[in-house]
This record gives sequence, C-alpha cells and structure tokens, in this order.
Amino acid sequence: MSIGNGEDHSIKKVPTGIAGLDEITDGGLPFGRPTLVCGGPGSGKTLLGTSFLVNGIVRYDEPAVLMSFEENAAELTQDVASLGFNLGKLIDDKKLVVDYVHIDRSEIEETGEYDLEGLFVRLEHSINLVGARRIVLDTIESLFSGLADQSILRAELRRLFRWLRDRNLTVVVTGEKGESTLTRYGLEEYITDVVIQLDHRVLDQISTRRLRIVKYRGSPHGTNEYPFLIDDSGLSVLPVTSLTLRHEAASDRVSTGLPKLDQMLGGEGYYRGSTVLITGTAGTGKTTLAAHFADAAARRGERCLYFLFEESPSQMLRNMRAAGIDLAPAVDAGLLTFHADRPSRYGLETHLVMMHRAVQECRPTVVIVDPMTNLLTIGTQLDVRAMLTRMVDYLKMKGITALFTSLTAGVDLQTTDAMISSLMDTWIFTALEERERRLRRFIYVLKSRGMPHSDEMREFRITGNGLDIGALEVAGNRGRRHARRDV
Amino acid sequence: MPEEMFDLRLYVAGQTPKAVRAFANLRKICDEHLAGRYSIEVIDLLEDPMLGRGDQILAVPTLVRRLPAPIKKIIGDLSNTERVLVGLDLRPRLKGARG
Repeated sequence: MSIGNGEDHSIKKVPTGIAGLDEITDGGLPFGRPTLVCGGPGSGKTLLGTSFLVNGIVRYDEPAVLMSFEENAAELTQDVASLGFNLGKLIDDKKLVVDYVHIDRSEIEETGEYDLEGLFVRLEHSINLVGARRIVLDTIESLFSGLADQSILRAELRRLFRWLRDRNLTVVVTGEKGESTLTRYGLEEYITDVVIQLDHRVLDQISTRRLRIVKYRGSPHGTNEYPFLIDDSGLSVLPVTSLTLRHEAASDRVSTGLPKLDQMLGGEGYYRGSTVLITGTAGTGKTTLAAHFADAAARRGERCLYFLFEESPSQMLRNMRAAGIDLAPAVDAGLLTFHADRPSRYGLETHLVMMHRAVQECRPTVVIVDPMTNLLTIGTQLDVRAMLTRMVDYLKMKGITALFTSLTAGVDLQTTDAMISSLMDTWIFTALEERERRLRRFIYVLKSRGMPHSDEMREFRITGNGLDIGALEVAGNRGRRHARRDV
Repeated sequence: MPEEMFDLRLYVAGQTPKAVRAFANLRKICDEHLAGRYSIEVIDLLEDPMLGRGDQILAVPTLVRRLPAPIKKIIGDLSNTERVLVGLDLRPRLKGARG
C-alpha cells in the first residue's frame, strides 16, 4: 500500500475531443464512470453529449450508444447535422445506436411491484450491438415524469449507474436544471464523480454560453466559468489559461518589418511570442505599422493571422498597396489570412472563442488584432480586460507574437490603455502633431520589456514605399533637428 | 359492454418472482372478467430484447392491452385487481363516475 489513501491517484481519462474541455478537465472525463451534465433548456447538454459520442467514434474508435428520452433518432440527427455530425452514417456503420425511449404517463397504469429491467435489457442489447464504450443518457430524468413510483425509480437509477460502472462504460448523463438544485430530480445524488454545469445567458441582447466544472473527484480541474461556443464546427470551450501559465519566454527576435523600428527596439525587433501594443489617434499609421509586420512575417515564410475589426480585407489591401506594401502575394501564398468581423455582431466571449478557433485553424506565428479598441465597445472594462488576458495568455502559451493596435481618442487614453498596457510587453506610441502648418507623425517606444530600447521620439512619414522613419526628435525639445542620426 | 376480444401481452425479463406473480394475477383477473374472450402472449425480453422496443417497454412486468384500441399499459405485478381493471378499461377510472 502506498502512502496516502492507498488509491491510484491518476484517474484514467477519456478525451471528449471537445476543444478546450479536455484541457480544463486535465484530459477528459473519467474512464468507466458517469459524468453529470446539467443545465437549463437550450444550454447545450444534448450537443455536448453528442459531441462526446461522435468524437469518440470518429477520433478514438470508441463505439457508442445514445439513449434519448426526449428526441427520436430523426430529430436528433437533424439537430446535430448543423454541427457537421452525420449520425446516419455512424448508425449505418454500426458504430452508433440511437435508442429513443419514450414513455407516456397517460397510457400507463401502475399496480404492484416492478423494476426497470426492460430498460437494462434494452441498453445492454444496444451496447452489445456495436461494442459501445461510451454512453449518453439524455435525459434520464424524463423517467420521473413517466413513472409514479419514485422509490422504485430511485432504487433502479442507483442500480443502473452501478451497472454501468461495473461494465467500465464512460457515461454522460444529462439533467435539467432545478430551481435551487443542480438538477430537478437530484441526479447529483447518484452521480458524484463529475458534475459539469452549462449555462446560457442573454446579456445586453448578446447571448453567452458558459461551462463550469462543479466538481471532479480526484482530479485537478479549472474552477472558472468558461465561455463556450456552439457553431458549425461543433462545440468548443475556451479555457482560461491560468492552469497552464507556463509559457516560456523566447529569446529570439522577429523583425517589425522596418529596420529603423528594429533599431529602436534594441536593434533586433520584437521578442518572438511577446505582445505588442501600438496606440495612437486616428490616421497615425497604426495599420501601416501592422501591415509591415505582417509583410515581414510572410517574407520569413511564417503564417500571419490578421483580425480586422474596422475594414474589409479588400479595403485594407488596397490602402496598404497605396502605401507601398503589397500584401497580395502573402495572401496568395496562404501566409496571410484575414479574419474580418463586426465587433457588435457577437458578445465579447463569442469573439474570443472565434478568435481562438481561427488561431487553432490557421496556426500562425504572428497574430494581429486591428484595432482591438473596437472590441472595447462591446463590454465593460472588466470584461474586456479579462478577455484580453485570456487571449494574451493563450497566444503566449502558443509562442505566437501578437500585435494589437489601439485607437486612442483623448479621454480613454488613460482608461483603456492603462487597462491593457500591463498585458503588453512592448508599447509603441504614434502621434500626430501640427507643426509649421503641416501634419507630422511621430513614433516612440514607451516600453519594451527585457531589452534596451530607444527613448527617442522620431518623426516618420507614410510614403508610397511604406513607412519611413526618419529624423531623431529629442524629447523635450520642440525644435526640429535636421541632423539624421542613427542610434 | 360489448364482447370485444382482448389481445394482451405480458412483457417480462426472465422467470422472476414478480413475473410469475404477474402472470398468475393476470390469469385470475382474465378468467373472472374476460372469460373466453382474451389471449395472453408472454414475451421474455431476455430472449429477444428487440421485441420490447415497439411497445417502449422499460419496466417489467408490463402488461400491454393491444386490443381493443387504444393501447393501454399496466406496469407492476398486477397485485391490485381494481387498478388492473381500471387500466384495462373494465372499470370506470374515477370513483362514482357515471357510465
């Protein structure tokens, strides 16, 4: 016997294949045990269960049985088709059994003792038919409204879960949320290993889905509420990465795309995997700076994912071409991917999940968010900060260099930038000033962690050949120096 | 009451005491109230699990009245004769109800 409680500490896990969920559960659901998934109507219980099964079949070669108490096979097949699941094919391939169990109280009279052996026989038959390893019971609570004798039912449910455990089946049991309990009929009394709660809220007319691991016996797990998303590529949960805040700080550098700006940053540019913030008022050239960075990534043969929250990709490409930066070859080569969206279309968390997914699909080394300020308009400061923290953590974990542009308009300079600047490793400031009846642009590095950087304010111009950083502007000196100096 | 034929099915899962009891209770009730106009088919789900699907059998024993329509189900060992008669529509559902 080992020291401690004598049990095997490492629980064998069964991956759900659901993006993010396996991370926050440290590997998936416990092998051979039931997991309770509870939530209100429309919270995504059935879809989570179905994803668990379909992923099990497709990715892990584990056949499955879905015992559905609410929808028949045809209805279910239709419901999950939008997630890209083809239940019909899995059924034809003898990998999945969908058994629709329906009881109608109105046609049933009860007299004397009975048990639910009929249900057991049926389930066993389905399990044997495909050699199932994964089971979903959705939602078994319907039995409570179908059967009058609750004491028999409760005893039989207890027997059922023991029966499933004895067969080492990994089971997801869904349950409808109760008034003040996790489930209406107290399923949590029987399923005590793992409880996952789903929630669907609409705030400010924007819908947000959240998932929380209420408990997971014998395993570390994330305890936060995690946003999740249901769309045409399935269900994905967005892990807050505090669990894995172990990203390694890289020491190699990536060029900003502008040799002069590289010089200002200790001569070599940004750290790979760092976060860069470029702030400035309208028309100071933030997008141009970002475009140079994207262009440089493509020239190195690296992939860049560019989130556009203000312009369309064609508009952005046209504008940059006019400024002498032709990004079309990078797009054609598949090295530059645009992801354009209106911030107001979704809630913050939905945006975040979509950005996550885009990053997962594109696998870039460089991510640009231009401008991130537009996201600030759709949430409270606290939300935005939490969201950006997650995003930044995630990108750092992946070693992705991220560049955010931020439009400052006087007042919110202190608030928004103070809010996010601590998340940023490098903060570059661009400004417009009117001097000698000419608008002039200036750039300076406000901070850049871990490197000696220039503290000079330099003038730059946006030319037909890209951004041209020029003369040194001595801080505090309003006069103009013509002497060009290299640092 | 018209002299209709009663087509009955009794679903069981093995020869359990409950199943044996249910069958005995059913025979007794039928002989008393449906003499000469009933048939009972006993289906053991352990022998053919698929047969339970059509009638949506979860609980055993379950008695299904297939005819006359509509379909009626009575679950349990049929130990309460009054309730079985109500379930088979051989007694009015509510006490004191007319007809």
